[in-house]
Amino acid sequence: MVEKEKKLPALCRCEPSGESIRVTVGGDWILGHSAPAIDECTAVLASHPDARLIFAEDNLGRWDTTLVALLAKLIERTDGTSREFDATALPEGVQGLLRLAFAVGERAGARKVTGRDGILTRLGKASLASVDRMTEGLSFLGSATLAFGRFLVGQARYQKSELLLLIQDTGANAFWIVSLISFLVGMILAFVGAVQLAQFGAGIYVANLVGLAMTREMGAMMTAIIMAGRTGAAFAAQLGTMRVNEEIDALSSMGIDPMEFLVVPRMLALMVMMPLLALYADLLGIMGGMVVGIGMLDLGVFEYIEQTRRSVSLTQINIGVIKAVVFGVLVAVAGCLRGMQCGNSSQAVGMAATSAVVTSIVLIIVTDGLFAVVLNVLGL
Amino acid sequence: MNVATEHIRVENVTMAYGDFVIQKDLDFVVKRGDVFVIMGGSGCGKSTLLKIMIGLKAPATGEVFYDGDAFWASGSEHQEQLKREFGILFQSGALFSSMTLAENIGLSMQLYTDMSPAEIRENAALKLALVGLKGFEDYYPNEISGGMKKRAGLARALALDPEILFFDEPSAGLDPISSRLLDQLILELRDALGKTVVVVTHELASIFTIADDCVFLDPDTRTMIAHGDPKMLRDASPDPKVRNFLLRGELTAHPAARGQSG
Repeated sequence: MVEKEKKLPALCRCEPSGESIRVTVGGDWILGHSAPAIDECTAVLASHPDARLIFAEDNLGRWDTTLVALLAKLIERTDGTSREFDATALPEGVQGLLRLAFAVGERAGARKVTGRDGILTRLGKASLASVDRMTEGLSFLGSATLAFGRFLVGQARYQKSELLLLIQDTGANAFWIVSLISFLVGMILAFVGAVQLAQFGAGIYVANLVGLAMTREMGAMMTAIIMAGRTGAAFAAQLGTMRVNEEIDALSSMGIDPMEFLVVPRMLALMVMMPLLALYADLLGIMGGMVVGIGMLDLGVFEYIEQTRRSVSLTQINIGVIKAVVFGVLVAVAGCLRGMQCGNSSQAVGMAATSAVVTSIVLIIVTDGLFAVVLNVLGL
Repeated sequence: MNVATEHIRVENVTMAYGDFVIQKDLDFVVKRGDVFVIMGGSGCGKSTLLKIMIGLKAPATGEVFYDGDAFWASGSEHQEQLKREFGILFQSGALFSSMTLAENIGLSMQLYTDMSPAEIRENAALKLALVGLKGFEDYYPNEISGGMKKRAGLARALALDPEILFFDEPSAGLDPISSRLLDQLILELRDALGKTVVVVTHELASIFTIADDCVFLDPDTRTMIAHGDPKMLRDASPDPKVRNFLLRGELTAHPAARGQSG
C-alpha cells in the first residue's frame, strides 16, 4: 500500500449550473478521517430537488468507500428515490461502486418501520404474548405428561445409554457441589440456632433444629436450586442448540417424538437422582450442624446423634424426599421447556438458559410454599 | 488499476495437526489485484491453508508474507495491524446473531476508526447496497435467508475497506443463480476497489469464472501439484489428476476422454 506522506483534506462543493448541479470532490477520502461538512451542499440540493448531478473531481487523491457513501447520500433523496447522475469524470472504481450500489433497488417493504408503539398497544402486545407463552407452557406440559405415560407403558422411544449418561451427569457429577453446599447450610443453621438457644441453656435443641430443617426443607430445596443452576441451564442450552442446529426437526422427521427422546430421559434422570441427592444432602447438613454443635456448644457426638434421631421422624424425611421428586420434575420441565422454545440464534440460547434457571427457581420456591400450606392443613 | 506485483507470498508452508501432516512444501505468490483460488478435493486442507493465511492457525513450518512483511514472525501487535487489512467471508456468514446487519458491519468501524455513529451507519448502508441488500440495515441475521446472510457476510468483510478479501467456499449452499451473482459481485468489487481476492472453493463453475490464478492441493501426495490459470490447467496440465478434477471426473468416468485430451 502506498502511504502518502501528506493527506489533503477531503472537499466537496456543490454549485448549481443551469438545469443540473455540479458536485466537485477532491482531496483524500480515507475511512476514519473526518469527512467534510456538507451542510451547504444539502441546502443546494434541497433547493433543486429535480436537478441532475454532475460529478467532477478536483485533485482527488486516495479514496475509499467513504467517498462513495457520501456520493450515494447526495444522489438519494430523502424519500428514498434517487436523482439522475453523471459520474464519468470520476475514477472508474468509483463509477463501478456507484453502479453496484444503485443496481439493486430497495425491495418494497423491506425497510423496517421503526418507532415506538403507544403504551396501550405495548400493553396489549405484552398480554397477548404472555397468554401465548402460557399456552405454550401448558401444551408442553401436556405433551410431556403424555410422553411420560407412554414411557410408563413401555412405548416411549429413547436411548437407554443416553439415560444412563444423564443420570451420571445429573447425579454423580453433582456430588461434590451438593456435599459442599449442604454441609455449609447445616453449619449455618446450627450457628443461627446455637446463638439463640444457648441463651436458654437449650443448646442441645440445635440438633432438633438442624435435623428438622434439613430433612423437611433445606435438603430438598438446596439440592433443587443447585440442580436448577447446574442441570436446568444445561438442559436448556443443549436443547436450544439442538433447536438452532435443526437437530430437533431432524428427530421429528425420523418419526421420533422429541418429547420421548429428549424430555422424558431428562425428567427421569432428575426424578431418580434428586431424592437420592436430597437424602445425601440431609445427611451432610446434619453432619455440618454436628460440627458446630460439638465445636461451639460442647455437645457429645452420640448425644447429638441421639437427639437428632429422636426429633426427626420418618414422616419428615418422606416429606423431603417427595419434595425432591417434585422439584426434580420442575427443574427438568423448566429446562426442557425453555430449550424447546429457544429462538434460532446464539443469543436465544443464552436467553433460554437464563430463563430456565429463573423459571425453575421461581417454581421451586412457589411449590415449596404450597407444600407448607398443604402439609399444615393436613397436620403433618 | 494496479500493476501485477507480488502481494501475498506463501513460502515453504507445512501444515499439520499434531504429528499429522496435511500439506507440505506449499510455495506460491498471489499477485496484487488477482482473484486467487485455492482448490482441491474435500479434506485436502484448503480451509486450513486459509486459516494460516488469515492468522487463525500457525503453520508447522514456513511463513506467509504480506507485501514482504512476515506475518508469523512478527509480534502480536504487528499481526493485528496486518489483520486489519483482511476482510473475511466465512462459510456460513458467521454474522453475530445478536446484532443487526448494520451493527455487524459497523462493529469494526466503531472499534478501529473515529467515525461518528451516523457516518458508520451511512457507510454500513452503502456496503449493504453494494451487495444488493439495500434497506436491510435493521434486520437480524436470523430474519434473512441463507444467500442474503452470505451477502451480508461479504458486506461485513468489506467494512474496513480491506486490502485483501478472503472467501471460504462462497458458493456453498447457494442456488446456481445466486452463486453466479455472487461470483459476478466478487469480480465487480475486485475491479471497483482493486483489491486482492483469495477464494477457497471447489465449485468448478465459479473457479473458471473468477480465477486469474490458482493452486491445486492434492490430498494423496499432500502437497500442491499444480499452479496457474485454471483454464490452462484444465486443457494442458501434465498431471491427469488435475485435469480430471477440473473436468469433473470426466477422465475417470469415461476413459475414452483420456485419449482425446491427453
